[in-house]
Amino acid sequence: MALKLADVIAPPADVREKDYLWTLNFGPQHPATHTTLRIVLNLDGEVIVNSVPDIGYLHSGFEKLGEHLDFNQYVTIVDRMNYISPVANEIAWHQAVETLLGIELTPRCQYIRVIFSELMRLHDHLLCVGAAALDLGAFTAFLYAFNQREKINELNEWASGQRFHPSYTRVGGLQRDLDDVWIGKLRAFIKQFPAALADVTGLLNRNRIFLDRTRDVGVLTREEAINRSVTGPVARASGLVRDLRKDEPYLAYKDFDFKVVAAKEGDCLSRYLVRMEEMRESIKIINQAIENLPSGPVNAAVDDRMVLPNQLSVYRSIEGLIHHFELFMTNRKWKPPVEEVYAATESPNGELGFYIVSDGSGTAYRARTRPPSFIHFALFNHLAQGHTISEVAPILGSLNIIAAELDR
Amino acid sequence: MSEEFPPVIQALAEAVSSEFPNGLLGRTSFRGNHRFHVCPKQSHAILKYLKTRGGFGMLVDLSAADYLQYPDAEDRYGVWYCLLDVENGRRLIVKTNANDPDPSLDSVVDLWEGANWMEREVYDMYGIEFRNHPDLRRILLPDEFVGHPLRRDYPMRGKGERHNFPVLTRAEG
Repeated sequence: MALKLADVIAPPADVREKDYLWTLNFGPQHPATHTTLRIVLNLDGEVIVNSVPDIGYLHSGFEKLGEHLDFNQYVTIVDRMNYISPVANEIAWHQAVETLLGIELTPRCQYIRVIFSELMRLHDHLLCVGAAALDLGAFTAFLYAFNQREKINELNEWASGQRFHPSYTRVGGLQRDLDDVWIGKLRAFIKQFPAALADVTGLLNRNRIFLDRTRDVGVLTREEAINRSVTGPVARASGLVRDLRKDEPYLAYKDFDFKVVAAKEGDCLSRYLVRMEEMRESIKIINQAIENLPSGPVNAAVDDRMVLPNQLSVYRSIEGLIHHFELFMTNRKWKPPVEEVYAATESPNGELGFYIVSDGSGTAYRARTRPPSFIHFALFNHLAQGHTISEVAPILGSLNIIAAELDR
Repeated sequence: MSEEFPPVIQALAEAVSSEFPNGLLGRTSFRGNHRFHVCPKQSHAILKYLKTRGGFGMLVDLSAADYLQYPDAEDRYGVWYCLLDVENGRRLIVKTNANDPDPSLDSVVDLWEGANWMEREVYDMYGIEFRNHPDLRRILLPDEFVGHPLRRDYPMRGKGERHNFPVLTRAEG
């Protein structure tokens, strides 16, 4: 019954006239895949007749781990899914948990999470744009983009102690509050960022090679985008104007003034342009959030017994210590309702949702991730058919496939 | 724990129950998630109705859970379809179920192309077969893999598959 990869890639035995088709293995180790994924291409000369993506090289059972780690522990695994925008995953995971538990976040926490979501959007889009440019020979743009990403990594480190996998959110709050030094660093970052973005724009927007290799390549129509479950910048570049930040405002997004960026053409170039413009909107959101950052606690009401108490009260009061133990001992933890919930956020790559099935214990019974990379990579054959082999690189680059999220 | 349904979903539920007698087994709502529980035999027909008549043009998510150790669960596997009405921004979750020994459901790839890989993942992880799926293969695990690792009776640390991997020596390589 079950098909195998070999059944799909081998040309049918009776088709003698298709003998000239050539099968080429692309990946799993190839500079343009950036991560570990493999595509088996069927070529007619240089033209792709058919392609069969073969994934799973990085599969490490994240969703199985999600059934054995509690709501706070699993955040370290979620970090490692789309490691290009780690805090965006954490926010999505904890949003699902908080929806399940019915926790209302404090205004300060909501604003800080918005700031981090947008920083992660910059982080992700810079990688996507930079790496796509790198594959097309524009090496300088890549360096300019990565220079800025380094500064965001420093902000992560200052806030949480970790550069790459910050694990910054907690159920109902954050690992720790931001201090004035961090806010000063963020202001300095925001101040110099538009100039750097203008540099990248200047290097690419009139780059003849970049334009020729991305324009009208990998066209996705709006109907196909809907049919194939596409979300995020890839969908918006095809004229499917949907942004959960506007359509289903979560956190504090309804307080901010920003535009949803969209394009009509649906090719690699418009996906690049949408991402560049989204970065400008993100800067606007961060500016508004930092100027209006509310004061007050970052963690939701401690009386709910759902949020970790602060360190000081754990060390200096018996109530704090008991409360801390209640959330850490394996037979206590949270008492969520026996229910299931789907909650989604607009992550840089698209709709990142978590479907949690809860059996009433502090660990998810099932922690399903809706991974945008997985759904976008399913597009690949549709986009690549009829293009030449050299156009694999821009198509992959414009979809921003992160293999750790693809395979989980 | 049930909440009020918005009038549109309410009307849709009534339309579905009159169109498919015995098709809609129940509906629940929790923190803004509205769910229709449907009979697995009619799931494809109901999803088609929701797509064409209900306006739910996009399948946002499709996945499953194994309810083997779940409190008061009657069916072994639950499969959910998270639908989205792109024009009006409405969401609806359709849940159906499957049972041993041959868990299977009708594929919805003919309705939404996006279901292709998601159904393959469910097949890979839970062993639920989707009838009429154009390309039902394992997707994340290798073809030779035996078992379905997200089932609750599959141990967390695996069944020793890694120890049986062939080892290439330097001379062979």
